[in-house]
Amino acid sequence: MISVEHYLTVAALLFVIGIFGIFLNRKNVIVILMSIELMLLAVNINFVAFSTHLGDLTGQVFTLFILTVAAAEAAIGLAILVCFFRVRGTIAVEDINVMKG
Amino acid sequence: MTVTLFAFYLFSITAVMSGLFVVVARNPVHSVLWLILTFFSAASLFVLMGAEFVAMLLAIVYVGAVAVLFLFVVMMLDVDFVELKSGMQKYFLIGLAIGVVLLMELGLVIGHWKVAPEAGSLLQSPTPPIGDVHNTLALGQIIYTDYIYLFQIAGLILLTAMIGAIVLTLRHRTDVKRQNVVDQMQRDPAEAMEVINVKSGQGL
Repeated sequence: MISVEHYLTVAALLFVIGIFGIFLNRKNVIVILMSIELMLLAVNINFVAFSTHLGDLTGQVFTLFILTVAAAEAAIGLAILVCFFRVRGTIAVEDINVMKG
Repeated sequence: MTVTLFAFYLFSITAVMSGLFVVVARNPVHSVLWLILTFFSAASLFVLMGAEFVAMLLAIVYVGAVAVLFLFVVMMLDVDFVELKSGMQKYFLIGLAIGVVLLMELGLVIGHWKVAPEAGSLLQSPTPPIGDVHNTLALGQIIYTDYIYLFQIAGLILLTAMIGAIVLTLRHRTDVKRQNVVDQMQRDPAEAMEVINVKSGQGL
């Protein structure tokens, strides 16, 4: 029998892989964005696992909104990336220091 | 039941392994392809959990739109990815250390929680029995009634993202000739052409 802990373990592994990816690819914005997508996916797995475990559909509605926001975030992030590449000719994170932030 | 268990292990191992390949792949195009595999495995896990609608949403929205968007951008930008990979060894150990610590913390949580006894009476929108209403219908019945405002706000967020992406990437190039319909329609023979009487043998 598959318990909710099984799914939570998979989600925890995916979340940690996402964080690991941000540390590993500190220069490449595209892979950092993909790592964020992985972390959001892990959160979604948690939501759906608890939703079906407790018999409450609200978790799946929440997943729906996370998907919406993640899609919007990916679109805006990639648009900013394309814009930045056009101006500077690079996407290395270390070079994004025009505003000295 | 063993088939379900086998499917669960198959899809979860695929999801975790392809997730790992997303972050360690040398070529970002391969990263995107591994990301697509991760999304598909996660969608299969959702089907196993009985959340078909979210699974289909993941397959259509993520694989069909977001991953393809990533693929477009990776292929469109002319970036030296080998140079971007250069600092990888430096951050490998610290990333691994933080990952292991976080995983152990999460592992401590996973075995040691229990559902509160009164949780059953606190359900916001209880799942109807699967025999009566299937998942998509049940979700639709609460999204369009209880969560209608949130649903509308989600639409507005997508609209904002669309407008933002267009405004950010639209570039008005000055060296391209464009059609100006109003100018074209307001032309008249009096100002558009001139009749010149050329005398023979002289030219203009």
